[in-house]
Amino acid sequence: MEGFPILSVMLLVPMIGAIACLFVGEKPARQIALVATLIDLALGILLWANYDIGGAQWQFVERAPIFGQFSWALGIDGIALMLIVLSVFLMPICILASHSIDKRVGEYMATFLFMEVLMIGVFAAQDLFLFYIFFEAGLIPMYLIIGIWGGANRIYAAYKFFLYTLLGSVVMLIAMLWMVNEAGTTDIPTLMAYDFPVQAQTWLWLAFFASFAVKMPMWPLHTWLPDAHVQAPTAGSVILAGVLLKMGGYGFIRFSLPMFPEASAQWMWLIFALSMIAVVVTSLIALVQEDMKKLIAYSSVAHMAIVTVGLFAFNVQGFEGAMIVMLSHGLVSGALFLCVGVIYDRLHTREIDRYGGLSINMPKYALFFMLFTMASIGLPGTSGFVGEFLSLAGIYQVSSWVTFVCATGIILGAAYMLYLYWRIAFGVQKNADAAAMPDLSVREWLMLGPIAAAVLWMGVYPESFLAPMRADIAALNARVARAAPEGDARLVMGEAARAVAEAHEGAH
Amino acid sequence: MPSILIIVFGPLLAAIVAGLGNRAIGNTVAKSVTTGALFLSAVLSWPIFLGFIAGDAEATVVPVLRWVESGALTFDWALRVDALTAVMLVVITTVSALVHLYSWGYMEEDPDQPRFFAYLSLFTFAMLMLVTADNLVQMFFGWEGVGLASYLLIGFWFRKPSANAAAIKAFVVNRVGDLGFMLGIFGTFLVFQTVSIPEILAAAPAMQGISHIIFLGMRLDTMTILCLLLFVGAMGKSAQLGLHTWLPDAMEGPTPVSALIHAATMVTAGVFMVCRLSPMFEAAPVALGFVTFIGAATCFFAATVGTTQWDIKRVIAYSTCSQLGYMFFAAGVGAYGAAMFHLFTHAFFKALLFLGAGSVIHAMHHEQDMRYYGALRKEIPLTFWAMMAGTLAITGVGVLGVFGFAGFYSKDAILEAAFASGSEIGRTAFWLGAFAALLTSFYSWRLMFLTFWGKPRWAESEHIQHAVHGHHESPDEEHSADADDDHAHHAAHGDGTAGYHPHESPWTMLVPLALLSVGAVFAGFVFHHAFLEDAGFWGSSIAWNEHLMHAMHEVPLWVKLTATIVMLIGLLVAWMAYIRDPSIPGRMAEQLGPVYRFLYNKWYFDELYHFLFVRPAFWLGRLFWKRGDVGIIDRFGPDGAAWVVQQGSVFARRVQSGYLNTYALVMLLGLVAAVTWVLF
Repeated sequence: MEGFPILSVMLLVPMIGAIACLFVGEKPARQIALVATLIDLALGILLWANYDIGGAQWQFVERAPIFGQFSWALGIDGIALMLIVLSVFLMPICILASHSIDKRVGEYMATFLFMEVLMIGVFAAQDLFLFYIFFEAGLIPMYLIIGIWGGANRIYAAYKFFLYTLLGSVVMLIAMLWMVNEAGTTDIPTLMAYDFPVQAQTWLWLAFFASFAVKMPMWPLHTWLPDAHVQAPTAGSVILAGVLLKMGGYGFIRFSLPMFPEASAQWMWLIFALSMIAVVVTSLIALVQEDMKKLIAYSSVAHMAIVTVGLFAFNVQGFEGAMIVMLSHGLVSGALFLCVGVIYDRLHTREIDRYGGLSINMPKYALFFMLFTMASIGLPGTSGFVGEFLSLAGIYQVSSWVTFVCATGIILGAAYMLYLYWRIAFGVQKNADAAAMPDLSVREWLMLGPIAAAVLWMGVYPESFLAPMRADIAALNARVARAAPEGDARLVMGEAARAVAEAHEGAH
Repeated sequence: MPSILIIVFGPLLAAIVAGLGNRAIGNTVAKSVTTGALFLSAVLSWPIFLGFIAGDAEATVVPVLRWVESGALTFDWALRVDALTAVMLVVITTVSALVHLYSWGYMEEDPDQPRFFAYLSLFTFAMLMLVTADNLVQMFFGWEGVGLASYLLIGFWFRKPSANAAAIKAFVVNRVGDLGFMLGIFGTFLVFQTVSIPEILAAAPAMQGISHIIFLGMRLDTMTILCLLLFVGAMGKSAQLGLHTWLPDAMEGPTPVSALIHAATMVTAGVFMVCRLSPMFEAAPVALGFVTFIGAATCFFAATVGTTQWDIKRVIAYSTCSQLGYMFFAAGVGAYGAAMFHLFTHAFFKALLFLGAGSVIHAMHHEQDMRYYGALRKEIPLTFWAMMAGTLAITGVGVLGVFGFAGFYSKDAILEAAFASGSEIGRTAFWLGAFAALLTSFYSWRLMFLTFWGKPRWAESEHIQHAVHGHHESPDEEHSADADDDHAHHAAHGDGTAGYHPHESPWTMLVPLALLSVGAVFAGFVFHHAFLEDAGFWGSSIAWNEHLMHAMHEVPLWVKLTATIVMLIGLLVAWMAYIRDPSIPGRMAEQLGPVYRFLYNKWYFDELYHFLFVRPAFWLGRLFWKRGDVGIIDRFGPDGAAWVVQQGSVFARRVQSGYLNTYALVMLLGLVAAVTWVLF
């Protein structure tokens, strides 16, 4: 692997595929897209296999100056590795899920492949401006996917999506320019170790927050997400939920926390407050949805809130839990959108009430849907549990109140997901057309099977995913330790306890 | 390979084979694989248990796989076997194997048999993971795993709306308890920096009374709050007062499920947890007082409700709830051996009662209402004798120092322990428990008398009429029929039988009944010494209170006789009311109108929760969505921005009208303004 620019190749393969797709017919375009994404998946597995756990922090580093301070700098740590693997894993599945697209197939495939380039780029970039370009450019293909291949109200959704995400990132760009001016470098690893003045950190943190909170999305900046999901084609939803939302979390863990530790601690309660509101409010909203995709979109907001509280717990369990929730949610919500897509392709409606009793005529589908439902509500043994458990264990060390409020999500989550499952898969077959739908095809098996395996793997043996990130999270933990807040538990023992108790008595 | 691996993972493999194989492998293969795996587990479990009884077995831990390693928070998949686990192993595998066998007969006409057997085996696996857990997180895995299996099995007849509602209710109410359990685990990790059960139990005693922690802004004794949080989990799983509402509804599931999950095993997980963590609870006297209080209150509450229900399964469900209360207050006063002993005997006689009830329901063509039973003694004699054994066991029939049925030993021990504990709450528990024992005897005999004695009252049953008039439907459709159907009168046959002939169940159902009857009759007599008096049997697996043990022996004679006396009173009252003068119950209900309705409606818990939680949740959801997201955020956010831009462009378009004189006017005004600005 020495000297082989694997990251550049991973960017190049889909890029070439994308260009090729523009010039060929419908069928070859599908084939090219599938082959290109499969090659990238193979490269991703190679990347994982060759990643040296316990080795250098940044591996597969490539560096080529372009002009000025701006350079083509790529490299990954364990955190980026896992997110890249998630992206390349979901891409072939998305191509398979795009079977029902029949309008401008070549352009569609090209857009998706271009999307893949940008996603890998975001996670691999080591230059601040390179990151910004990838991060922002990711808007364009998603905007097109929703705006061209979306549902009936696609234009409104596409504009809303664009408006929100763009506004957030403009502020971030200004902050970046200031940072580069101050630190004199665009190199992300160097910036991660640079100590910005505490005064400036506050503003820089807010500027980055504006962008990441929209991407995440955090309440109350979340309303673009349900519309975008509802209008996007299935594969678009999968990528949106599976990878694009993770860019917000990645941003927090890569920029906000290590670059502005003091500001992160300072604004911690803002994050906690928004996350607590998000868990309760969006879970309750999910309970009353009539549209399958909207329901899952709202549940995504609630899950992402667990990520943000975990990240701002300032301890190892919180960070690792947040990362596992991100990976798990990428798989599970992606799979849930695929499950919606499977039946949408057959009946062309997202209205929950039009289905019912599907476990009678689609037992295999019902089994997969049950597994992903359980993973979504965090049943132990699935990936959802490991992440939620670690995140909440992490945040408990900071605040029992935040943990308590966020943990109500496990009750509400069970309520809205099981209620959804009942209305779709259980009950009687009240709609004749829904009752006539055939079970999963081979293509659909190939989409759902691998995700199911990954979800169980991550639930039973998450070590495979935690091990590559361990050193990076330890480094992050050490970096932010100086700003880490004191927990509210105030555990006291022995003589000290007696003294505290007496002081307490005295106060009364 | 250690046999525990086969015991635990055999049922998992069987569940996967039966579940994924489903129609491809056919009913017989799926049923054979799962039942075979369970009988193998049961056969392997008994030697482990008897080894501990004989006193020549050591506690072992078989590591399986690393699970999570996150900083100091590290835990593995591992199987722990000690005396406490061994007790649970035999209970779970034996009852589960018998229930599997029973289901061959009971579920014979069901079109979905592989799925049913797969769920049963999956449940058994999760339950075994729970009781073999060496750390709190694996226990939580089993905890939620049995919750999943319970959800799937309650909702097994998924076409029925009531079954779906009951399944979701069971899962969600359990999750309320699990929230407490999770917070308890987090707190335990915060305090002890480990989730390993042996390490926590070793460190816990030294913590008693010398430590404080802040939880939700309150400064509390550390061990008290940790134990209370964990106990909330136990309350959910074991259907204790406040979180009990799911258990009666869980009777929507097929009867074998009720016997296995909602009587013998899953619902006792909370008791198991308190016993497993007993050294921790011993360090938290306040928490133990709470456990005693909740146990005694549930014991009393459920028994009162049980006296008024008509559905045979619901009576037994409330009885289970009540018996679990006994186990908890036994644990609460420190008699963990007695709690586990009652768990052990209860598993046999309650599974027997449920399976017997299933046999009655089977004979009566799915009729569950006892008002339409009667005179079945002669029709289904084997079922009758099995139910009789179960009733003698639950009511605690026996003669002091000679012989008694299973419940005689375990319930007496619990009442004695409560009395002997000397604390005020213990005495209260004793009296509540004694009164509940009276009610237990009453509702158990009421069930027997209504079902097996008197005259046949079958003719008014909708189900029986279906059977007689040949409306043969598949079981599923039958279950989807509304329960409130008008039970029309068909008095063609004046003897109340409507010409129906109940039939005794097949041997697959009778063999489990016979074996469980043996357990119900002898389990108490054979094992009471080991469970109640042999500290060597338990080893270090539970906290052993030698002092309480002695005090139990020295209680006054009237305390020892209390259980027998109240049992006889209950029997007498039931006999008076249901055999001698059947008009008494109706008159009583009329006389005590409000009290009767309060009990009949289960103290109105369901209505209260619906009003307090369910309706507000949906209302708030709609409010946050329509008023919050759409009405405020979107209106003043993106849509507002779009409106501003739109209005702005409308204005800009008006300005650019193309009329020269307008432009000239604007220019002139601008010029005037500029000059004014510069000059002044």
